[in-house]
Amino acid sequence: MKKVAIFLFAALMGATAQAAEYKIDTKGAHAFIQFRIKHLGYSWLYGRFDDFSGSFQYDESKPAESSINVEIDVASIDSNHAERDKHLRGEDFLHVEKYPTATFKSTSYEPMGNGKGKLSGELTLRGVTKPVVIDVEHVGGGKDPWGGYRQGFTGTTEFALKDFGIMYDLGPASQTVEMILDVEGIRI
Amino acid sequence: MAARNSEHRYGWVAIALHWLMAPAIIGMFALGWWMRQLSYYDPWYRQGPELHKGIGILLLALLLLRLAWKAINPRPGDMPGQARWQVVTARFAHGALYLLLLAIMVSGYLISTADGRPINVFGWFEVPATLQGFDNQEDLAGEVHEVLAWSLMGLVALHALAALKHHFVDRDATLRRMLGLRGNPPSRPPRKEVGSPATGSPASNQ
Repeated sequence: MKKVAIFLFAALMGATAQAAEYKIDTKGAHAFIQFRIKHLGYSWLYGRFDDFSGSFQYDESKPAESSINVEIDVASIDSNHAERDKHLRGEDFLHVEKYPTATFKSTSYEPMGNGKGKLSGELTLRGVTKPVVIDVEHVGGGKDPWGGYRQGFTGTTEFALKDFGIMYDLGPASQTVEMILDVEGIRI
Repeated sequence: MAARNSEHRYGWVAIALHWLMAPAIIGMFALGWWMRQLSYYDPWYRQGPELHKGIGILLLALLLLRLAWKAINPRPGDMPGQARWQVVTARFAHGALYLLLLAIMVSGYLISTADGRPINVFGWFEVPATLQGFDNQEDLAGEVHEVLAWSLMGLVALHALAALKHHFVDRDATLRRMLGLRGNPPSRPPRKEVGSPATGSPASNQ
C-alpha cells in the first residue's frame, strides 16, 4: 500500500514536472513576433509586434504534448515608419480600433525529429479565425544563470493577407506575409 | 494700395495673404481627403502626401507671417449698423479659424515626424522632428488632424456665407475691402448678375 502511494506520488510529481509551463519572456524581450512581406517584389520589408504575452507547455520527453497560447496587441505593430504604421493600423489593414487583439492557440504538435515539428493552431486576426501551421524548431533550453529554467523555439509560417480580410492591394508579389516567431519561455 | 492696414481698409499684404492662403487651405483639404484613397500603385500614392506636407509647411510659415502682420497692423473696423452678437461672433469665428489652422498644421507635422523623420519641403529644405515619443503619436495626431480639418471646412463655409451675406444682403464693404475694392456694393440690385460683385458700380462710394 505504501509502495503504491509512493509510486502514485512519484507519478504525479513526474506528470507535473512533465507538463511544465513556460511563460514567454516578453518582460526581458526574449521573444519576437516579426513579419516580412515583399515590397513590390523587389525587397523584403520587416516589421514586428512589440506587445504580446503568452505561455507554452513543453516537455522534452513528450514533445507531442506541447501547446502554446499567445495574445498580441495588434496596435503595437512597428515597421520603423510612423506613417506606414498608421496606415497598417487603419481599416485598410489591421483595423486595430475594431480588432485590437490577435491570438494564436495551438491545437496539436507533430514532432518531426531533431527538435523540429509542425505546430497546428488557430490564428485569430482582424476578427477572422483560421487554422495555420507553424514550422517549429527547438533552439535550446536549460538553466539560466539567474536561477531560472528556460526553453526557446523559433518558427515560421505564412498566410495570404486576404485570408484575414486584408483586401488592400500591395501588388502581385505581396499577397502573402511571412511570420517569423521566436519565443523564449521561463518555467513557472 | 498701401501695404499696411488702416482703420478702414486692408493693405495689400493682408489681402494677398488672405487670398493666397484661402484656395491653398481648401485645396489641402481636398488633397488630404483624396490622397488617402489612392491605391498603392497610383503614381500619386507618394507624390500626394509629399505635396500635402510641403504645402502644409509653407502654409504654416504664411500663417505665422499673417498673425505677426495682424499683430502689428490696425484692424479695419467693424461695419456700422451690425448687431453686437454679429460682431462678437465674427471676431470669435476669425480667432477660431486661426486657431484651427495652427492646430491642424501642428498635428499634421506631428504625424509625419512621429518617428523622428524630418519633413522635406520640395527638396528645398527640411523641417526636423522635435516633439516625438508619446505612444502612438501618429494615430492620435492623425485623428486630431482629421477632425479639426472637417471642423475648419465647416467654419470656412460659414465664413464664406457670412461674407456673401454682408455683400448681397447687408450691402456693406466687408467683401469688397478684402478684394481691395473701395466702397459698398450697389445699394439696390439693379441687375440680375449678382454673382460678379467685383464689377459692381462704384455709385455708392463713401
